[in-house]
Amino acid sequence: MAEEIKTTCLHDRHVDLGALMSPFAGYDMPIQYKGITEEHNAVRQEVGVFDVSHMGEVRVKGPDAEKFVNHIFVNDVTGAPDGQIFYGMMCREDGGTVDDLLVYKVNDNEFFLVINASNIDKDVAWIMSNADGFDVEIADESLYYGEVAVQGPKAEETMIKVLGIPVEDIKFYNFRTLRLDDEDVIVSRTGYTGEDGFEIYGSHDFTRKVWDKLMEAGVQPCGLGCRDTLRFEVGLPLYGDELTDEISPIEASLSMFVKLDKPEFIGKEALARQKAEGVTRRIVGLELEGNAIPRHGYPVEVNGEVVGEITTGYRSISTGKSVAMAMIKKPFDKLGTEVEVRIRKKTFPAKVVKKRFYDKSYKK
Amino acid sequence: MAKVMDDRRYAESHEWVKIEGDIAVIGISDYAQHALGDIVYVDMPEVGDEMQAGEVFGAVESVKAASDLICPVSGEVVEINEALEDAPETVNADAFDTWIIKVRMTDAAEYDALLDAAAYTQLCENE
Repeated sequence: MAEEIKTTCLHDRHVDLGALMSPFAGYDMPIQYKGITEEHNAVRQEVGVFDVSHMGEVRVKGPDAEKFVNHIFVNDVTGAPDGQIFYGMMCREDGGTVDDLLVYKVNDNEFFLVINASNIDKDVAWIMSNADGFDVEIADESLYYGEVAVQGPKAEETMIKVLGIPVEDIKFYNFRTLRLDDEDVIVSRTGYTGEDGFEIYGSHDFTRKVWDKLMEAGVQPCGLGCRDTLRFEVGLPLYGDELTDEISPIEASLSMFVKLDKPEFIGKEALARQKAEGVTRRIVGLELEGNAIPRHGYPVEVNGEVVGEITTGYRSISTGKSVAMAMIKKPFDKLGTEVEVRIRKKTFPAKVVKKRFYDKSYKK
Repeated sequence: MAKVMDDRRYAESHEWVKIEGDIAVIGISDYAQHALGDIVYVDMPEVGDEMQAGEVFGAVESVKAASDLICPVSGEVVEINEALEDAPETVNADAFDTWIIKVRMTDAAEYDALLDAAAYTQLCENE
């Protein structure tokens, strides 16, 4: 039986704004309002707001909370100050990636995990199935929370002036739990655009109020279309493209988030082996000559032999160049290697480059 | 509602064809450009390529996705709109005034078999 499509608490707002709606991760989500290019530029140059209420939230509480999070998570949360946030992955024993996520440290006995919408059921089952022997309570709070992301160089000003939320003192990758409108709201200095910005987690009612205030103030609503072009330009991975159950963080060129010096975590042996012995393939950046646009799944070739495939590709809105992230077999992953991308009937020359096509401008 | 012109015929895959002598001038409909959004690249065949009706002759690409262009009639490509290489967005600005390729038709009956404006309007309404 086909699963019924879900909606976020802002769905009626998107429809009223005339957004182009499309299914994503089981939710009917806005892809664009005015146009991807205009929304993308609003975030790079001023400010935009995204409905990301489809994201999942899981709370881990109990005396073993820190130990348990360190068991399922490749980054290291040991002894972190309250209010700090970590990016990283949950991995399988073989090193494949269950999901990439943010871990918010509330206190030594409580962590808040933000996971991808497409993986909520899989992740919750994975987290539960690995909790034997740990004194923790695990709660899937995805249905309670709405979430909006306010992103762009004017995000701080917008948070303060339009929403009246004091965020000056929140540092990059930190959060506060604030009492607003008689409820606890989580506000973090995070995002998925490469710009300064904030993510606000609250009840559905609160989320609608925040959205409406931003719309009244004329803040540009932004769809998932430009969310993807923005994250891509700064080399951030998307689960399903650069990370999957079969792709490890080492292969995804994200080893800086894998803390092999931790005593233990699921997947440690496999990832340590990959790090020591080297991987057979790796995610790299590609820059194409000319205007043709590489897309997910297009083959990458050297002398007519397939050596990899495109995971995400665009004509970069910020730079105008045709660029891509691709999973490439060694030794063709080296910077400067000349390859060809097959686009329909033709092939186009391309070069391996760093997978950062536009510089991040975080406020740290 | 997207504009439909009654001086030409349409394929179900949203290309339009206008006849100038034995030449079929081919573009995409206003409905199609609107559905695609901001067009950033038009992939075209080469002059001299032989096309069969129903064959893919190129693609129009928005930021998000590539959409195949299907040749509604058979014949030889005699001209491509080179201006689109630098200004693909003109397809968004005026889809009916922006042709993509010209084909010397080998079978005029293929044109007659395409949808007229009324039938095409109906098709768009049902999508």
